[in-house]
Amino acid sequence: MAYLELKNVCKTYGQGNNSTEVLSNINLKIEEGEFVAIVGFTGSGKTTLVNLINGLIKPTSGEVLFKGEPVVGTSHKRGVIFQNYSLLPWLTVYQNVAMAVKEAFPKESKTEIKERVVSFIKMVGLSHAIDKRPKELSGGMRQRVSVARALAMKPEMIIMDEPLGALDALTRGNLQDEILNIWSKDKRTALLITNDVDEGIYMADRIIPLKPGPKATLGPEFIIDIERPRDKTKLNDNINYIETRNKIIAYLMAIGESRKSVSNTEYVLPDATPKSFVGQF
Amino acid sequence: MKQEITLKKQHSGFAFFKQIASIVKSKFEKDAVSKSLKKTAITIVSILLFLGLWHLGSKALYNKEAAYRIEKALEEQGPAAADAERACIASGESRCQPNTLPSPTQVWASFMSLIADHHLIQAKKDAFNLKMESTNAKLIAQGKKAIVYTGRASFIDIVLTSIKTVFAGFLLALIIAVPIGVIIGLSPSLRSAFNWFIQIFKPVSPVVWYLLVFMIVKTLYIGASSDNAFVISFVSVGLCAMWATLVNTAMGVSSVDKDYINVAKVLKLGTFQKVFKVILPSSLPLIFTGLRITLSVAWMVLIAIELLAQSPGLGLFVWEEFQNGANDSNAKIIVAMFVIGIIGFLLDRLMLTIQQMVSFNKNEGI
Ligand SMILES: Nc1ncnc2c1ncn2[C@@H]1O[C@H](COP(=O)(O)OP(=O)(O)O)[C@@H](O)[C@H]1O
Ligand SMILES: [Mg+2]
Repeated sequence: MAYLELKNVCKTYGQGNNSTEVLSNINLKIEEGEFVAIVGFTGSGKTTLVNLINGLIKPTSGEVLFKGEPVVGTSHKRGVIFQNYSLLPWLTVYQNVAMAVKEAFPKESKTEIKERVVSFIKMVGLSHAIDKRPKELSGGMRQRVSVARALAMKPEMIIMDEPLGALDALTRGNLQDEILNIWSKDKRTALLITNDVDEGIYMADRIIPLKPGPKATLGPEFIIDIERPRDKTKLNDNINYIETRNKIIAYLMAIGESRKSVSNTEYVLPDATPKSFVGQF
Repeated sequence: MKQEITLKKQHSGFAFFKQIASIVKSKFEKDAVSKSLKKTAITIVSILLFLGLWHLGSKALYNKEAAYRIEKALEEQGPAAADAERACIASGESRCQPNTLPSPTQVWASFMSLIADHHLIQAKKDAFNLKMESTNAKLIAQGKKAIVYTGRASFIDIVLTSIKTVFAGFLLALIIAVPIGVIIGLSPSLRSAFNWFIQIFKPVSPVVWYLLVFMIVKTLYIGASSDNAFVISFVSVGLCAMWATLVNTAMGVSSVDKDYINVAKVLKLGTFQKVFKVILPSSLPLIFTGLRITLSVAWMVLIAIELLAQSPGLGLFVWEEFQNGANDSNAKIIVAMFVIGIIGFLLDRLMLTIQQMVSFNKNEGI
């Protein structure tokens, strides 16, 4: 039995003539302790997929099973880091995290809750900003709060919806390492949604492309066979990395092309493999 | 010893930064000062211009009415009477002054006399209270009501009555409109059920609200000797002004950002927590926008309602001065007008400050 399993999941928004089938026949299995990344184009239905898994929305047909049980509503066992950080602007960093901790550990005493909140804020390196409100923080700092809030609830599985999409490259790299650090400490199951292939390869055990919508389905999986901890600076010399990366990009470009010209069923794969500029500057 | 040296070093470094900071700051402040000076100058010039135009206008009106009076005397009673009228007007005798728009100086004089009057009444009141002190103490000891001063109210008392009424009305509006707005906002079916009600009652004029409240309060207070003008006027003011808060609260509560709702769901907040920790805080900015409108509407309708309810506030003051037709009545009405305007402005500023304190940008957490 897989830890998380999606069986023939379809999701249609709207009704009658106005309906669009965003996701169609999604089948996905994730094992315990795995780190899986899903890459896809903007608007292909990645957030919809995440919301199906975390229980914010219900599938139109098919089943979402978490540890063998159908997902009904949200659960503290599945922590979510939203695409936009979704902090509550009228609460301080401490209060934002504390709100989650109080809900996840209702039996803990005030001091225990306080300790937990403070330790997670420390973990994401925001102790100095603990009493600030979101508007006083940079994008990267806000995302750290969002990470701390999700992790402080000690979820068994952590679901991240393009968590670093809005950040600049440097902050992004830092946070990638931090998330990996946290994940490797107690090997929780992780699902990462991203639009950045490099990010997926650097972080995940498996990458699964989501084809462009409507009626998006999952493509073939790509196993990332690079041993951890991975060294970003040496990835470009890793033959395994380059091969996997090229395969994924070629695949994505092909399905991207096919989306542009649906009538033209025949498409030519580009001869040239994309050149990587990572680490050259 | 070593520690001390490093400490000193830090200090001097710090002092250097402080100096730079103060230079930068003073430069900024200079800019800011000259800007605010300019602003003040423009305001002063425009005020002077306004006073000048007002002065000229009232003078023209004065001359027109004086000429008309002399003409009339000439037509009806002959040249001798006309000369007498002209002399009378020129002498400044109050009996034959043209009764028209008062000039700025007349209004100022009226204001000063109202203040002097206040001091006079205050002194009388103090004397009265002093005299009655022992009697009142006895009355209270016997379980009876103390005797209070019931003389004429001074202008300041009148203003205070108005402010008291408007705040009571505002509180009533807040107590009624915010909870109902929250409940309506939370439930779409209640919202459509209440919609016609709101649409119909929102545009009802203050006069009608007054009559409605009068009908009800009069019956409720039958037999009670206490004067109910205050109750009637603040209830009417509250009912008349609460609609903006009701509508804004309902709108704020029903349009909470989807992201916040998702957070509440993912954290599995209970209904109570969801309402008080997520929905209410996120609609506070709109609620306060509504409250600000409510307060300014309350102040605006107050004058008309006080007049109708015979409540001893500014509304009644203006009406009585108009009926009175004394020589300085017009000037007193203009004084009241300025006082009403300035207090309204200050109340709005107060609400604006509170509103800015509770508001946040929607994108701040996203
Ligand atoms: N609540 C909704 N109602 C209707 N259509 C929606 C809704 N949410 C998303 N969609 C549509 O579903 C598609 C996929 O959206 P989304 O899952 O947000 O994509 P992604 O996260 O990959 O950018 C988009 O075309 C979007 O317009
Ligand atoms: Mg998305």
